[in-house]
This record gives sequence, structure tokens and C-alpha cells, in this order.
Amino acid sequence: MRTRLAEQVEMLLHGESAVAWAWKHVEPDVVAAFPITPQTLIVEKFSEFVANGEVRTQFVSVESEHSAISAMVGAAAAGARAATATAANGLQLMHEILYIVSSMRLPVMLGVANRAVSGPINIHCDHTDAMGQRDAGWIMIFTEDAQEAYDTTIQAFKIAENPEILLPIMVNLDGFLISHTAMNVKVFKDPKVVKDFVGETRPVPKIKLMGEEVELSLNPRNPIPVTFGPFAYYDYYFEFKRQQIEAMKKVPDVVERVNDEYYEISGRKYGNGRVVPWNVDDADIVAVVMGSAAGTMRYVARKYRERGVKIGILRVRMFRPFPWRDLQELLRGKEVVAVFDRTQDQGVMGGPLFLETLAALHYLDDRPRNVVNYVFGLGGRDFPPELVEKVFDELIRIKDGKEKPFVKKYVGVRE
Amino acid sequence: MVGVNEVKWTPTLIELARKPDYFLPGHRMCAGCAAPVIVKLTLKALPDPDNVVVVNATGCLEVASTIYPYTSWKRPWIHNAFENAAATASGVEAAFKALKAKGVWKGDLPTVVVFGGDGGTYDIGLQSLSGALERGHKLIYVLYDNEAYMNTGIQRCSSTPQYAATTTTPAGRVIPGKPEWKKPIGFIVAAHHNVYVATVNPYFWADFVKKIRAAAEYEGPAFIHAISVCPRGWRHESKLTMTISRLATETCLHPLWEFDPETREYRITDRSLYIAKHPDKKVPVEEYLKLQGRFRHLFKPVRRDHLIKEIQEKVDKEWEYLLRLAGFK
Repeated sequence: MRTRLAEQVEMLLHGESAVAWAWKHVEPDVVAAFPITPQTLIVEKFSEFVANGEVRTQFVSVESEHSAISAMVGAAAAGARAATATAANGLQLMHEILYIVSSMRLPVMLGVANRAVSGPINIHCDHTDAMGQRDAGWIMIFTEDAQEAYDTTIQAFKIAENPEILLPIMVNLDGFLISHTAMNVKVFKDPKVVKDFVGETRPVPKIKLMGEEVELSLNPRNPIPVTFGPFAYYDYYFEFKRQQIEAMKKVPDVVERVNDEYYEISGRKYGNGRVVPWNVDDADIVAVVMGSAAGTMRYVARKYRERGVKIGILRVRMFRPFPWRDLQELLRGKEVVAVFDRTQDQGVMGGPLFLETLAALHYLDDRPRNVVNYVFGLGGRDFPPELVEKVFDELIRIKDGKEKPFVKKYVGVRE
Repeated sequence: MVGVNEVKWTPTLIELARKPDYFLPGHRMCAGCAAPVIVKLTLKALPDPDNVVVVNATGCLEVASTIYPYTSWKRPWIHNAFENAAATASGVEAAFKALKAKGVWKGDLPTVVVFGGDGGTYDIGLQSLSGALERGHKLIYVLYDNEAYMNTGIQRCSSTPQYAATTTTPAGRVIPGKPEWKKPIGFIVAAHHNVYVATVNPYFWADFVKKIRAAAEYEGPAFIHAISVCPRGWRHESKLTMTISRLATETCLHPLWEFDPETREYRITDRSLYIAKHPDKKVPVEEYLKLQGRFRHLFKPVRRDHLIKEIQEKVDKEWEYLLRLAGFK
């Protein structure tokens, strides 16, 4: 592969500062945000860059998350590169508008420091906030650490703004576990590298409107002005949605391409961009998981591998669109597949990651023999190596036929 | 100073009529609806109508003017949702500022004009409006106030006048229409202190267009409160729109005034100024009420004098309050 590795420097950053540094290097035109724990550090850090004149971004300090995402709609429709961040209840407050952003095909970037949703009120990590938005037509990526939060935030703009895509993108980082945990993060020394990667300004697509070429924006200098957000009855609404679905279908390839291109300048890549397998090929038992828990699992699995247990970890990085083809390819014929959901799953057979994995595997001739679901870590409940070991031991017993498989279990909760 | 007295532009009706329209025919607004008149007057009054972005809250105007694949808007236009027009406009305004700072946008910044109905302004959108005003975005927010949730079928709003019948405050045997008085939105907005606030009435077009100009010339946010007569919801013949509009001001239910954010003065304007100077020209509210079906239960089957009197007394009190604010008392 052609190498054009750019110079990078190591900085001690927690996940949120990493997002703020990525924003600094991308320099979005408009950032509108409202503080909520554990997202606050992103906007605080970025406000410093604004206050010190290090970026030319307009920072709009709105009075709610609803207004934050609403301002994103106005800014992106005006042709600007727009970014915001939130968590938990703030994301729930944005919910209504998330659908409008994707419907208007506005490539907004949204950072989410995943946090449990009230009630009871809680500030710590689980994925229930993001999972509540999984049908809103957004691309959703879950990161594993601060480095990936930096890298993915930069990649996000390039993915979303691709003229074939034009969909909003959500970059998730586990609240506190990633957002407030510091590590040495490699950042590009020269912001120009990032600017060259994503483009100095947002490429605003051109469309044909009444025979004229116009910019798809609120630009008053367009020969034909554009109407955004019209009223579409039963005679057109369905076609609007169908077009979104088509755009979403193109996302997997673009995510992979951007992952590869980013590797060229950074030396870092995350699987194929959609899933990150670790020792999956020869594994009998595979754990499927998202977010920071993947690191703990690999740490434990390494010890099991040393003992000769063929266990693999498959981290799902891109949750929307759901990478079902990747899962089919990687999980076919396995003895035991255990899917880990850090999400409330009330009144359903299992968590969303489990159900969608199960649906993907259904179409295989050589389906895994056992597919089980664990729900873990709600409201920031710790998921330490000892607990992972307990779970892995159980999976080994299932593989060996010493324990009956089940559909769903809860890990680390008082029953 | 900010206000009509500072505006060096007094167009004739012919001049205004000859200015191009940016709100085009073919829309589905009801016959006799005042909202299109308010939109046209607003856009014609802007000093640079070619450099405008329009933001619209969900409501009659939005629904009836952009039925896909058609649009009545010959200006860039965006509708986001019901409660967030001001926040959306904040984003538009911030975007052009940023694009200008980066050299992508050259020349004057576009004027951002927002049209919101009373539901989207008084009620569900009040928070986003207050936030945008406090942040000082350069917007002209035009409230077209038809005094109920007309788009969803004439339900009560905090802008609905007392004793008006709506579909959620019907004139019943026990409760005679909406029990509460109308929320004083103009004063609430003026309390932000950095906003040019003006009430307008499409019947008094000369005052209307000057206030839009004053709003455009002010460097901060502006809020224009237009009374918007609704034949469907107020239940009267379409041909009475302008008559009822005129009476709204002549009865002092919708007096014409402005708040100057620089001097912090309230000034009464146009016909209302005339009434302030000639109190005998003030028309009794009954003249206004009796033309509208939403107040029919005050007159039929039996006349309810005490309710009409109560409305008159409250209008008098509000008018006295405004006179005091404007230094007449």
C-alpha cells in the first residue's frame, strides 16, 4: 500500500478531549451544543479553542439539546459543516429532529458519550441512549477507546459528506469508560493533514432544479431557490424514505474505503471499518460486543487462548447500517456465539445487537450451533475481567454440552 | 434609536404593489386568510429581498405552501419542525457568519426571516425563541397570530382571546369558551431587552412595512407580532378579513406599538397613536366580537352582557397599561 504517513504527536487525552481535538483539526463551521454529563468535556474543551481564536467555528451555546440539533439542521442546510455532541436524556430530547436531519440528507456529525437513560436518573455508561435512535436513519459507529474516538470523529465527516451518502453520523463513545479515561492519543501534528483528508470546506452537492444547476443549500444566490422540508403526502413520502434507504446501502463500502484511506495517513485501521475481529477465524466460541467492553474481553480471551481455548472476539464498530453480511461471513459454523448487549431489553427476546445478529445468522445454511445473549453493564455497572471469565466458562460448558444453552441472561445484577 | 421614526422610507401602495412577489400563487391557504398578506408585506419591505433565507415553523403557512413537489417560495426556505424555528434560524445565521469568516460566502450576510404561528411561538416554541433572542442572533421573527391551533383544527392556544370558542374550549353550558386571557407575548419578548419588538396589522400596511424596515436595520434580533385574521377559525365571511383586522387595532385589542431596545422605550404608532391622542375614537370591543362566530355565544341565544363587559374592562386595563408604558399617563 502507498504510504503517505503523516507526522503525529502523542497527547494524554481522554475520549472527549480527543473528540474536541478532532473537531479542532476538522474545524466545523458551526457547533451548537448543550452540556450534559458525560459529554460536557467535549464542549468545554472545544469552547477553549473557540475562545482562544484557534478555530473559526461559530459556537452556538443553545438552551437545550433540542435546539442544538435544530440549529444543526439550519446550519447544514445553509451549506455549513455542522457538529454537535450529547448523551442520554439529551439524545432523547433530540429524537424528534434526528429523523428530520436524515430525511433532509444533512451530513451532521453527532458525538454521543453513551449514558444510561433516566429513570432512575444515572450518569454512567450503557448504550440505551443510542439504541433508542437506531431507526432514525443515522449512520452509527461505536468506538472502543479515546484514540478511536479521535480517528472516527475525523472519518465521520468524510463518510457523511460523501455525495453518494449525505446522511448524518453518530460517533459513540462509552460514557466515562472512554469519555473520561485518559490514554496517549496520537493526533496529527499539522491540522492541514486532516483538512486535506476531509476537505477544507464541506463539499455541497449540486442538483438540477427546473433545468438549472443549483447548490443543494439555502444559498440565496442559487438561480432557483431550494425549499427544504416540504410537506409530502402519501404520494411522495414513501419515495423520500426509499431514497434514504438506498443511500444507507452504500454506507458499508464507503466506511471501509475511508477506513483504508485513513490508514494511509495515520497507520491505524479498525478491521474493515464495520467490524473488528480478533482471533475469530479459528474460534469455536465468539463473543460479539460493542464499545469499550471489547478491550476487557480480549484481555481475558488472551489468557484462555494460552490455555488452548479457541475463543474469539468480534467487535461491531458500525451498528447502522447493520453489518449483517460481515457477521454472516465471520460467524458461520461456529459452536457458540454469545452476543453482549449493554442496553435495556424490556419485553423482547433479547437486546438489539443479539436480535439483529440472530436475524443475520438465520439465512445461513451452516448456522452457529448455539447463539446466546448476555445483557450487561446497565447504568455503568462494572464488567470486570472476573465477570468475563465467569461468562466464558459458561460458554465453554455450553460448547462441551455440559450446560444447556439459553436465550438470554443478565450479568452482574442482583436477581 | 430603533423604530419607525428612524426609517427613511415611506413607500406608496403602488410602489409596494410593483415590487416583485416572493410568495407565489398556487398555495392552498384559505380564501381570506391574512397570513399570505403578512408574508408578502414582510418580504416586500426588506431592503434587500434578494438576499434572504426564510425559516418556517410547522403550521398552516408551511403545510399549505409547500405541498411536494410544489412550492410557493421564491426564496430559499426551510421548515424543520413545530417548536424549533428560532433554533433552526440560529443555525442558518451562524452558518453564514462562519462561511463568511472562511471566505466561502462573500458580501453581505443574508437576512434570516422566520415565520411562526401562535402555536409555534407562544406555546411549544417559546423556549427556542427565548434562547435565540438571548443569544442575539440577527433574525426577524414574524409571528402570524391567528389565535388558535388552526392547522390542526382550531384548538385553544395561549394566544386565544378570552371567551373565544375553539374545538378544545367549546362554548359549553357551563364554560363559555376559553376561560383565560391572552398571553402578552410582545411584553415577554421585550423583557429580553435586546430585541426590537413591534406589533403590526396588515390593514395598517404603511406602519407594517416601516416596522419591518426598522427590524432589518437593527443589528440585533427583531420580533414582529402580526395579527392574522382567520375566517375558518374565527368563523366569519372571507370578505370581512380586512374589516376585522382593522377593528382589532381600533378596539385596542391589538394596539400598534414598538419597543426600542436601545432607549428601552415603548412607543405607540399609527392608528393606535391617533386613538391615544383621541380616546373617543376607540371602538367598543363589541363591534369586533359580534362579527365573529367564535364569540357568537356572547350574543345568542341570549346576550351575555357581563362577559362582554368583562372583556371590555380587561381591554381597557391593558390599553391603560400600554399608555403608561409609552408615557401617555
